[in-house]
Amino acid sequence: MNFLFYVISGISLGSIYAIIALGYTMVYGIAKMLNFAHGDVIMVGAYISFCATSYWGMSPFMSVIVSMLVCTVLGVVIERLAYRPLRQATSLAVLITAIGVSYLLENLALLIWTSNPKVFTSIVGTGSVKLFGGQMSITTVTLVTIAVCVAIMIGLTLFTSKTKMGKAMRAVSEDKGAAQLMGINVDTTISVTFAIGSGLAAVAGVLLCSAYPTLTPMTGFMPGIKAFTAAVFGGIGSVPGAMIGGILLGIIEIFGKAYISTQLSDAIVFAVLIIVLLVKPTGLLGKPINEKV
Amino acid sequence: MKKFISLALCLALMVGCMAGCGSKGNNTSATSASPAASASATAIKIGGTGPLSGAAAIYGTAAKNGAKIAVDEINAMGESIQFDLKYEDDEHDAEKAVNAYNTLKDWGMQISLGSVTSKPCEATSALTYEDRIFALTPSASSTAVTEGKDNQFQMCFSDPNQGTASAQYISDQKLGTKIAVIYKNDDVYSKGIYDKFASKAKELGLNIVSATTFTDDSQTDFTVQLSEAQKAGADLLFLPMYYQPASLILSQAKSMNYAPKFFGVDGMDGILTMEGFDASLAEGVMLLTPFNADSTDEKTQSFVKKYKELYNETPNQFAADAYDCVYALYSACKIAGITSDMDASSICDKMVATFTDANFKFDGLTGTGVTWDKTGAVSKTPKGMVIKNGAYAGM
Repeated sequence: MNFLFYVISGISLGSIYAIIALGYTMVYGIAKMLNFAHGDVIMVGAYISFCATSYWGMSPFMSVIVSMLVCTVLGVVIERLAYRPLRQATSLAVLITAIGVSYLLENLALLIWTSNPKVFTSIVGTGSVKLFGGQMSITTVTLVTIAVCVAIMIGLTLFTSKTKMGKAMRAVSEDKGAAQLMGINVDTTISVTFAIGSGLAAVAGVLLCSAYPTLTPMTGFMPGIKAFTAAVFGGIGSVPGAMIGGILLGIIEIFGKAYISTQLSDAIVFAVLIIVLLVKPTGLLGKPINEKV
Repeated sequence: MKKFISLALCLALMVGCMAGCGSKGNNTSATSASPAASASATAIKIGGTGPLSGAAAIYGTAAKNGAKIAVDEINAMGESIQFDLKYEDDEHDAEKAVNAYNTLKDWGMQISLGSVTSKPCEATSALTYEDRIFALTPSASSTAVTEGKDNQFQMCFSDPNQGTASAQYISDQKLGTKIAVIYKNDDVYSKGIYDKFASKAKELGLNIVSATTFTDDSQTDFTVQLSEAQKAGADLLFLPMYYQPASLILSQAKSMNYAPKFFGVDGMDGILTMEGFDASLAEGVMLLTPFNADSTDEKTQSFVKKYKELYNETPNQFAADAYDCVYALYSACKIAGITSDMDASSICDKMVATFTDANFKFDGLTGTGVTWDKTGAVSKTPKGMVIKNGAYAGM
């Protein structure tokens, strides 16, 4: 029974990592850059939703829409100002810029919302579904998160394989130069990627704070790092990989705490990551990239 | 054209940032300049550092506000002793605290209020010791703050005292037979309290059935820690930590239908002022704190009223500690005959002598007949409080 309880806790935590990891992996898969500011866009999304419900009197559903819109615009603006000028620069320069953007967002949030933690009211209620005649329960937030994750995963897969823009994205991801020669507007394609990634970040932020309700300007940072780990674990660039990686990471973390030691939980998580990467350097579902000469 | 637009956007962003920083700078200089203007040229300069921004800002801001009220009251009396108060932001960071301290020293600080939180205060107390500036911290409770420094004093009770006092209190009041503890492993404050609590609990025969930890990186999910406590049948959960993780523990325990008695320490203070916090979660939570804003005591009531008028919230223990600090300095300055033309080190010697004098007793909001020993620790008895209907009530 305890084992099942820990599995459910692990899935709850992991589903949050998974939904953040989806945004990470999508941007990496197409723009081939690590957007470290992703975690902070999540934080902004959560704040916008908080403000919309608490100050502007909107319904929870509307607040998610508003927060998605704001984050989409924010993502496009960040890409335009911080990343586009560095399109030809080394990937290290882009990485450092991304870290800079992350700090910028955190400190702007500090100025605007101050550091006093705010308590986020769950947008999907605090109910839970009873299993095994009331012995176990799984919160609605977890169920909603998993459902949203699956929906996003299917949506993203269909989008990249069926639509024109999706095909353009895959082309850009394989070879920017060749894509441009084929008449694809690389800048627009990458902007759209960021717009989608940031819109997803808003959803992730709202769900993160619905599950773990304290909201501060640092809220997105640690889950962002963990989700990045999950994305690498599942094979960065692979959408289903991010989902599997996230959920596995959550389960490993909870099992580590429960069966080995609460003091070592993070050490265990990262030890597993190292082992997986040693055995399978591209992650669980990552595809090895063949360099064509 | 596109280049132009992106340049323009860039500029707009930069201007926006600068405007943000600029207005912040203006605010702090405005607030620190106003007492300077009101106090006469012969005021004694008191400086302190505390987190006015960052994750622990709630403590620094409260301490600054509390100290400000006391200084204004003292200056309004129009006696020979006048104070000039200046607080600098340290963001709960030791390095930034050192910079803030240096700013204060350049300003001509004669007496220090130390730092509000423990980690920065460990850094600044070493400097006040070197520079021979008398320091009385309102709330930095770690023993490392006062250890080996003759001129560093505390207004709050120290971490070990809180640990032992909590164990004593739980045992005296028979609050629980099986106790579980969740503490923050990477934090001196939390770990310090836990260690003392555990050894005192053993001595008193209290049964600790589960002790689990978390760190800064894993303070979101507590289901495992809670389920261990629940499995072990703990009827009292001791939470030596700040209020932010504690609020998550309370809400997760509720969703697990686990309802032990919760017992916190002074870091729990502030949980009720979190924006959007469902106060019913904290119903019945007990904590040890030296200050009760609902006390019928006349001094407390007038302080609470003033604080509410000025800052629109109920003062917590940090505000009260800082308020008491300024008054303790005031009465010591009176006894020792301190004037504003003395230099910091001669003030320091006289103040140390006064504070360690057996006859020096201080009555404030957070305790009566308070004395200090040579180590700088304060003699105070923590009061047990319980949260009832969203407010503190005495136990």
